[in-house]
Amino acid sequence: MLHERRRYAVFRWVLLLAGTLLFLLPFALLLRGALSTEADLSSARWHWLPPTWEWGNLAEVFDNRTVPMGRALLNSTLIAVSQTVGVLVLSGMAGYGLARIPYRWSNVVFWLITVTLLIPAAVTFVPSFVLVSSLGWISTLRGLIVPGLFQALATFLFRQFFLSFPKEIEEAAALDGLSWWGTFWRVVVPNSTGFAAAIGTITFIGSWNAFLWPLVIGRTPDSWTVQVALSTYLTAQTSQISLLFAAALVAILPLLLMFLVLQRWIVQGVERTGISD
Amino acid sequence: MPTRRRGRPRAGTALWFWVFVGPFFAGLVLFIYVPIGWSVYLSFFEAYNTVTPTEFVGLANYRDMLGDRAFRESLLTFVVFAAFIVPTTFALSLLTAVLVARTRVMQAFFRSVFFLPVACSYVVAALIWKMSIFSGMRSGVANAALGLVGVDPIPWLSLTDPPWYWLVIVSARLWLQVGFYMILFLAALQRIPTVLYEAAAIDGAEGWQVFRHITWPQLLPASTAVLLLLLINAFQAFDEFYNILSSFGSYPPYARPPLVYLYYTALGSGQNFGDGSAGAVILTLMIAVVALLQTRVLRLGGRD
Repeated sequence: MLHERRRYAVFRWVLLLAGTLLFLLPFALLLRGALSTEADLSSARWHWLPPTWEWGNLAEVFDNRTVPMGRALLNSTLIAVSQTVGVLVLSGMAGYGLARIPYRWSNVVFWLITVTLLIPAAVTFVPSFVLVSSLGWISTLRGLIVPGLFQALATFLFRQFFLSFPKEIEEAAALDGLSWWGTFWRVVVPNSTGFAAAIGTITFIGSWNAFLWPLVIGRTPDSWTVQVALSTYLTAQTSQISLLFAAALVAILPLLLMFLVLQRWIVQGVERTGISD
Repeated sequence: MPTRRRGRPRAGTALWFWVFVGPFFAGLVLFIYVPIGWSVYLSFFEAYNTVTPTEFVGLANYRDMLGDRAFRESLLTFVVFAAFIVPTTFALSLLTAVLVARTRVMQAFFRSVFFLPVACSYVVAALIWKMSIFSGMRSGVANAALGLVGVDPIPWLSLTDPPWYWLVIVSARLWLQVGFYMILFLAALQRIPTVLYEAAAIDGAEGWQVFRHITWPQLLPASTAVLLLLLINAFQAFDEFYNILSSFGSYPPYARPPLVYLYYTALGSGQNFGDGSAGAVILTLMIAVVALLQTRVLRLGGRD
């Protein structure tokens, strides 16, 4: 029996290590592509590492006209940061109101919010495009940011979180004469930073990696996000593949760094999507 | 919601409710409900190159879409895609979750490795898959590996018979999403009470038997949710299809999933918002039906 258990352990480790190599391979290929010369990339001989390290690619991403990433990075940053902040404030407040403030219609409002979860966001891109274009917001940062501020899932999760928040603290605050507003900002918010960080990182990742909406709305190069800029050159079969890889590396670096720092919150946030209960 | 007494009465709760919920709710109505309403309305009208309805055509747009072979084929493409991606993602994420959960040493490391691609966008993955792994050239990773065993380079993306492009599309999505579902399974695994395993051990159960009789039944609710999410996400596939298969502004007519088809109908050269809206309505209804059916069927199977 012990023998069998050991064999199982060996088997498990072999699988895990093989999986690790497979899962890290694309990152290695991205790095290799970004730091290779164009000639080495297209040579028929296979290289695991670039024969000549071309660090210049990374700098060239920022002043090359074929892949103008500077503006795209700025756009992506503006969009992701403002959507993250906006979602945290809007959904945090709404979630709290739904969880705590007794109101006759709150069940109806909650139902109207929850039912939109069943409507897949991507299927609404045609109707949303219709609306945003009649507002005259095509190719503007407004058009890219504002529709993404209203995330029913975030509100739903915040509501669930506040329902489980210990009520005694709030009651003490109420006895001290704080209003709903004061209780929320001075007592509840400071005690919810962990959960807010989880929702925030997930919102940020989603916003940074979003593609369909920015593609539909960002119709001029000025309004491209990082993903749209990359896609434009990728689908146009650019001749400078190494530069494209370098641009992609630049595009995922902020997220990878954030990911390494905030991993605990992200994992917690995914778990908190709470679907497994 | 029942109004419970909470310490002291507070004035103007209705007002405060709207102060907190109002901004979000107004945005939701404006950016979700209004567009959907407008779109349903548009779907009964002609609307070429404009989002303002021009002529009432009744159900003609719906007839157009359902009668359009390309639209029906896009649904078929979705079915093929879902048939590949749903079971493989499910199995692989469950497998990695079980493997990682049983590993004491380096558990955090393995979890991070499998979860890391979640931080990567579909566009970047498409770039790596299209230009590096499955580039049709001899220097592509897949072809270089095949070269070692003497197989000629395969043009992965331009070949429709056999349809190797499916391998490219499916493997890219697997890499991107397995880690996410693994975390969901891991969370569910960690919630299984250890007493159950202890009882099973006393009864002499081991290995596969434990999984079959303890782990799997306990995972059923999580499994239902994962399946539903996988299916809905497959329905919304766009990024990798668009980026891997299109080039020079054109897109091959085969392998157009519904969303890609819709994108080209509504925003391509035709700018047909009437048909596009009808298509969006049809898709939304289909997803709703599938989701309802699935929860119904799986809940019956799950006995809870």
